[in-house]
Amino acid sequence: MSHTLDAAWAQRWLRLSAAVIAENRMALIELDRAIGDGDHGENMDRGFSAILEKLDAEPPATPGAAFKLAAMTLMSKVGGAAGPLYGTAFLRAATAVGDATELDVSTLAAALAAARDGVVARGKAEVGEKTMIDAWTPAVEAAAAAAAAGADPAAALEAAATAAEAGAISTDPLIARKGRASYLGERAIGHRDPGAASSALILRAAVHAAEDEA
Amino acid sequence: MSVGLVIVSHSEKLAAGVVELAAQMAPDVVLVAAGGMDDGGIGTSLEKVMTAMGLADTGAGAVVLTDLGSAVMTAESALEFLGSPETVLLADAPLVEGAIAAAVSAQSGASADGVCKAAETALAPVRATAVGEVHGVEHQGNESQDGAAQDGGPQKAESQDDGAVTALLTLINPMGLHARPAAALAGQLGAMDVEIEVNGVDGQSVMMLMTLGAAQGTELNVCATGPDAQRAVDLVRSQVEAGFGEL
Repeated sequence: MSHTLDAAWAQRWLRLSAAVIAENRMALIELDRAIGDGDHGENMDRGFSAILEKLDAEPPATPGAAFKLAAMTLMSKVGGAAGPLYGTAFLRAATAVGDATELDVSTLAAALAAARDGVVARGKAEVGEKTMIDAWTPAVEAAAAAAAAGADPAAALEAAATAAEAGAISTDPLIARKGRASYLGERAIGHRDPGAASSALILRAAVHAAEDEA
Repeated sequence: MSVGLVIVSHSEKLAAGVVELAAQMAPDVVLVAAGGMDDGGIGTSLEKVMTAMGLADTGAGAVVLTDLGSAVMTAESALEFLGSPETVLLADAPLVEGAIAAAVSAQSGASADGVCKAAETALAPVRATAVGEVHGVEHQGNESQDGAAQDGGPQKAESQDDGAVTALLTLINPMGLHARPAAALAGQLGAMDVEIEVNGVDGQSVMMLMTLGAAQGTELNVCATGPDAQRAVDLVRSQVEAGFGEL
């Protein structure tokens, strides 16, 4: 039995994201140390910890409000490039869902697409450049396909998370074209992109948030 | 009321330092630093940048300068959060040179577009800027002016057939045309309706004047056209002859 995608779900998603990012903090640091500057795990952990504080202080009333809270907080607290990238993703998602109290499958698919488009606009990256986009684009496509096939929102989320995980793995053999990893050339081959990895973790948390028997 | 500037840097100290430097050349311009994270650590903060944008735009708009990478993304994000106001522009410019050029331009009363352009052309190749990019459009019909400035050799102040006013001046103050006088000159000239070149560079651009590296004893070949040409050349003459007040 899955939950509807309402404000409570959005809050659970953000809380579970914070938990999974904290849990994988060292793993993300290790990934980033291999091909970046090693701060992705710590930056993301700091950002999502700050989200927890804000959720406690002022619980958002709609999914859109929750996304906006996440956007503002990540952009202010993360510090590195992940801040504006994830922040823009959540901000565009917030705009896409508007004041809806509950997301239906087409709104969910539209929100994921808007989030991905925001990351593309901000980071100027394309698929295949070993970035977050390699996780997000397959996720967006999977959600859109699920929505078109009449799936329920939870099933579309599941499809998106699974596609994001495969997308993150697909970055392993790639040469980076954006960010600090691009300086490494072929030496980036064999390492997973930390942003794609954290994207997959966060999208999986969205699935768990819809499954949890709260 | 002039255009304000926002200086975004990963470092709180760097942003504050750029503001301190630019303020020397633009005492009346609102300059707001947005450096570092909320806790002062290295990084950029959306809240700081958004707050700074609000403070810098006192009605005439604001121009935002950034240092590296994610500072640009944070500034773009801040603009998106604020609903992409048309009065706040993000300059694609080197931080220090761009900030100084922008500050001087703002001090002289330029529009946000003008200030942004001043920042973005702060490092343009000297001749290209003086003759081509900046003046290209307005310069039509004045081609002979460049020839006069280039080939005419030393000239006394006189009005040319094509309306150009020229002067040959010698720097007498020990420091020459350094940053402060360059800023003062460019600022005052920027407020005039004139096309003016000093040794082939745009006299309304502080960065271009500074690239001359003109020391004591250097001759300045000044050539101006436009309604305020005489006034502009008179200004340069009086400033140079007064040693920019440094004698």
